[in-house]
Amino acid sequence: MKTMLVILLSAMLTDNFVLSKFMGICPFLGVSKKLDSASGMGIAVTFVMICATLVTYPIHHGILVPNGLEYFDTVVFILVIALFVQLVENFLKKCVPSLYSSLGVYLPLITTNCAVLGVTVLNIDNNYSFGESVVNALGAGLGFMLALVIFSGVRKKLEYADIPETFKGVPATLIAASIVSVSFMGFSGLFS
Amino acid sequence: MITYLIPALVLGGCGVLAGVLLTVAAKVFHVEVDERIEKIGEALPQANCGACGYAGCSDYASAIVQKGAPTNLCRPGGAEAAGKIAAILGTAAAEVVPMTAVVHCNGDCNATQTAFAFDGVQSCKAVKRFYGGNGACKYGCIGLGDCVSVCEHGAIRVVNGVAKVIPSLCGACGQCAAVCPNKLISIKPLAKHIDVLCSSGDNGKATKLVCKNGCIGCKICEKKCPNGAIAVNNFHAAIDYDKCTNCGACMEACPAKVIHSCEK
Repeated sequence: MKTMLVILLSAMLTDNFVLSKFMGICPFLGVSKKLDSASGMGIAVTFVMICATLVTYPIHHGILVPNGLEYFDTVVFILVIALFVQLVENFLKKCVPSLYSSLGVYLPLITTNCAVLGVTVLNIDNNYSFGESVVNALGAGLGFMLALVIFSGVRKKLEYADIPETFKGVPATLIAASIVSVSFMGFSGLFS
Repeated sequence: MITYLIPALVLGGCGVLAGVLLTVAAKVFHVEVDERIEKIGEALPQANCGACGYAGCSDYASAIVQKGAPTNLCRPGGAEAAGKIAAILGTAAAEVVPMTAVVHCNGDCNATQTAFAFDGVQSCKAVKRFYGGNGACKYGCIGLGDCVSVCEHGAIRVVNGVAKVIPSLCGACGQCAAVCPNKLISIKPLAKHIDVLCSSGDNGKATKLVCKNGCIGCKICEKKCPNGAIAVNNFHAAIDYDKCTNCGACMEACPAKVIHSCEK
């Protein structure tokens, strides 16, 4: 139980996928303009991460390893991730059309979101058990959502800030992102 | 043989499984799309220029059906697209005023000079950043054709150092107007062919010093216009196309010959 908690919290805070590992920067910058689309994106990514882990872990240990096909990890994992992204997209289109249109192109881009592939591959690399893998995926997803939600607040402030002409737009956003990232460094060493 | 077969089978199996799942999901989560949206999308020119104010043609198509957006906003499509859309919706075709872009500068190589040679990136935007441009007149056409490169209709040419719009090709999407660093290009009704070809914000003397074709802000056109359609503001004349009747009185009266008829 204790290891599970440590894995969950370290995936969320100390090893935050966006702010410490710098994965999934594209949706992090793209979808963090509004709080509701940020949290929607966070939920979608968390769902895809957990589902992908639930499927890729058995595939890796049940099918690929016994046949000596570990080199297929990336290909098969991306296939699985693409499948779940498509499922989420269909689901949102039907049930939450407003979120579907506000996420726009970033929704299909979860497919190529390296954070999702990162979770599934790191689960294998760290020799996590099935339970630990799922908890790690949950933590990573929640961490992603946390980063997006926090940053959407920062960006709201940024919109009203008086920024020099040169830094307006993307540069100011990237600087703010780096400061948020630095603040997450404060968590390092918490669980080791 | 088996070493090749197993990977192929594993990967193929995964693919087939994913395909089947997705097909099922597509059936379960099928969303009825209004077929009018698709038809309107086909009627639009698919230039995705954004002149209508929506993010691309498909966005405009769904806005027409769902939000009741006006049917005559498509500038590249013009009257033809508006007619088709109206036919799909079963409403009367809304009137479309054909528009065109016009470059408000006539400072060609014979009329003005460059202040210095610029060896940097050859784009208007880059030149403008460097001391406000390399032209003797800081307000005029830089002539490196940023507008030419964004034009999807091939309607702009740089002739003798000044960009010229060919109205018959122009789709009036406004891409060129957005990209011109000196804001020389405006979108106006095609039928109103009298234009002031100068945008100088310097006074008459300073303008004449750097460009033979510049507006001196004498206000003679203002007095000659029977409709009050032309006014001098910020040292150059500008035409209010809503009031202009194409009479040409200003053109004939202009001592600096900056007012031209751009009918073509």
